[in-house]
Amino acid sequence: MIGVAAATVLAGCAASDGESSNTSSGPLVVYSGRSEALVAELFSQFSTETGTELEVRYADSGELAALLITEGNASPADVYFSQDAGALGAVEDAGLFSALPSDITQLVDSKFRSTQDRWVATSGRARVAVYNPNLVTTVPNTIDDILDPMWKGKVGFAPTNASWQSFVTALRVVRGEDEAEQWLTAFKANEPVAYEKNSAVRDAVNIGEVSMGLINHYYLYEKIAAEGADAVTAKNHYFTGGDIGGLINVAGVGVLESSKNKDAANQLVKFLLSAQGQEYFAQKTFEYPMAAGVAAYGDLPSIEELNPPAIDLSDLKSIAKTQELLAKTGLLTK
Amino acid sequence: MSSRVRAPIALVAPAFVAAVLSLVPVWYLFQTAFTSGFAAVVDELMQIRTLQLVLRSLLLMVTVTSASVVIGIFAAWVVARSPLRPRLLLIIAFSLSLAIPSYLAAFAWVSWIPGISGFFGAFIVLTFVCYPFVMLPVIASMDISDPMAEKVALSLGRRPFGVFRTVTLGQSRPAITGGALLVALYVLSDFGAVAAMRYEVFTWVIYGAYRAGFNPSRAAILSSVLLMAALVLTLIEVRVRSTRDTFRMGAGVRRATNIQFGVTARIATIAGAVLLVSFGAGVPIWRVIYWTGFDSNTDVQWDVVFRSIATSFGIGIVTSVVTALVALPIALLSARYRGKTSQILEGSTYVAHALPGIVIAISIVYLGIRTLRPLYQEMPLLILAQVLIFLPLAVASMRTAIAMSTQSLEHVARSLGAGSMMTLLRVTIPLALPGIMAAGALSMLSSVKELPATLLLRPTGTETLATQIWKFSAVSDYAAVGPFALAMILLAVVPVAVLTATTRQGIAR
Repeated sequence: MIGVAAATVLAGCAASDGESSNTSSGPLVVYSGRSEALVAELFSQFSTETGTELEVRYADSGELAALLITEGNASPADVYFSQDAGALGAVEDAGLFSALPSDITQLVDSKFRSTQDRWVATSGRARVAVYNPNLVTTVPNTIDDILDPMWKGKVGFAPTNASWQSFVTALRVVRGEDEAEQWLTAFKANEPVAYEKNSAVRDAVNIGEVSMGLINHYYLYEKIAAEGADAVTAKNHYFTGGDIGGLINVAGVGVLESSKNKDAANQLVKFLLSAQGQEYFAQKTFEYPMAAGVAAYGDLPSIEELNPPAIDLSDLKSIAKTQELLAKTGLLTK
Repeated sequence: MSSRVRAPIALVAPAFVAAVLSLVPVWYLFQTAFTSGFAAVVDELMQIRTLQLVLRSLLLMVTVTSASVVIGIFAAWVVARSPLRPRLLLIIAFSLSLAIPSYLAAFAWVSWIPGISGFFGAFIVLTFVCYPFVMLPVIASMDISDPMAEKVALSLGRRPFGVFRTVTLGQSRPAITGGALLVALYVLSDFGAVAAMRYEVFTWVIYGAYRAGFNPSRAAILSSVLLMAALVLTLIEVRVRSTRDTFRMGAGVRRATNIQFGVTARIATIAGAVLLVSFGAGVPIWRVIYWTGFDSNTDVQWDVVFRSIATSFGIGIVTSVVTALVALPIALLSARYRGKTSQILEGSTYVAHALPGIVIAISIVYLGIRTLRPLYQEMPLLILAQVLIFLPLAVASMRTAIAMSTQSLEHVARSLGAGSMMTLLRVTIPLALPGIMAAGALSMLSSVKELPATLLLRPTGTETLATQIWKFSAVSDYAAVGPFALAMILLAVVPVAVLTATTRQGIAR
């Protein structure tokens, strides 16, 4: 055992000697904030089809953004693949992304890419109210309806979840700090039930522990895929008509300005937006495809039908302020 | 007690290098914090919220440290003084909770009793993770200390508890304060437990600055508060320790004291020990097994598990050997050549210990990408980061052991004409071997569960047990987390057994 272990470490040390600055012929380095379990298979499809070797470093999206900002122009990364638009906006602000060619940007609706064309969304997730039809007869039309006393103690949410915090960020961006605080204070007064994560909210709704939950659309489809449609009572309700409750947040990708391998990097971005890449997200993660021409999973309403709120997704980077507001209103911590 | 002999340069030079390395994160923090100007720093720190969070961190630190001291002393007493046996099993059982990462322990608790989240949950989890920091040095100290003092006090009519309180604890005081300092610094730097328990403390805003603010310079500014706190704590500990260091410690006569033990006392002791083990290691282990069994249709990929074990073990071994080597000169100076210089050198290794792992990692990134580019994202830099994080653990356990070993043999060696270095190599270091081994074991334990620095600094594609646990818990696949978590706890038995063997050597000597 010691032998194997020492060899592993030594191999790691030795590898450093061989590498030099000829990065353009080396593997393409990807920093991925999307988890290995979700995207590794897609990356290996890319390598198989193009012959371009990938070196993928997985970590938290935000930590990778901080890492890129610390590394600056010396970063070994060619591509940054993020779970959230906010982190992409921060890397863009630091001047680290290169402009994407128009044959990439034209694939994606302008709502779902950076205003300076330095990153594009690769897939989207809609905020929904998942509800238990045995307990709920009228669903809320807007997020303000949730403040009605009829929902007291009946709404589940996941306070530490990044998508919930993105929703609150959108609330702040659209309505301003004061009105956002008012909404959160009223929401808190209605005694929502906090869960560890979105899937726990979904399960609580499904068994009727709470009547409704604020989560992302795909959690329901994950459960249906795992347990069959018969086992799942809960249904998704979509907020439409531009209500903030129907925010569509995205995962997205950008190419680093410092990359010496931009052609291959752009090729990877194009692959993620190809029919093959987009169908992968639609079928495997049940997310919304972002490139025109690829259909969403199953019976999902189209993005046009959803009519999500108009918001510059780069503005979702002020999550730190959101956390402060959530802490202040007593919704984040104990 | 301090030696009249000047510290040999062969000791001062490496200690100086180690201290300078330890201050790399501090240097980085000041570089980065002041990029946006002095006014920004003042502005960021002088906020009511900053103060509130510092107070919450301090509250958690004080309560966890107090509880860890009480529990740590109890556990050490059970091992070293009570009639409960076997000793090997007791130490392993009591130390296991140290092998469980705080994020995993916290999640185990909160997934079992959701209502426990908040201050109480964070307090419970951190206390169980931290009390071995007190227990281990106190066991060593009880093993080495002069049992005659206790006998004399008993024969003079003091009640057993009084003897324990004044004599036994008095002799263990440097070990207790040293352990308490490590606990306090750990609590200040922890994010895993407080995040899972949703108890907002100061590390929240530091992690928030990275994960939600994407702002390393804000994180640096905020981290300087933890540096100040660490500095103050270190100074307090030095003060407390030095007022009590005049005790004469015996040379390690085999313990003869057997306090009279009634049935009630025996039952109480057994109950206490069982409770401690069930809550400390039992709950997390039970939850991990429960997760693994919950979803029995997932196949465990044993080859992946074994490869991760080998990687974690390899990194752990190298880290622990390097940490022990780097810590040794500092510990020797601190224990044998007390003075301003040695105190400053020792103190500088502690300061960074209050920084969250991610801050140390980012500071090594900052250094590595600019000056050590060929090593960037390779093993040596990861190991350097881990050595910096665990150095205080190693220095503390070595120093206690060295300070408590008798100096008379060194005087004999010198009187026979041996030089300072010769005396160190031939006498002091062999005497301190248990402490050195314990330091290595403690670093190994910590290395295996270390996550934030590993995630950012590992060579791309390297998977340790900790990164595997992170990978699967990120997508809530707890059935897949199970085998890696169990492997991590089993792997911890190795260093714990080493710890145990060395503390025994302490008595036998």
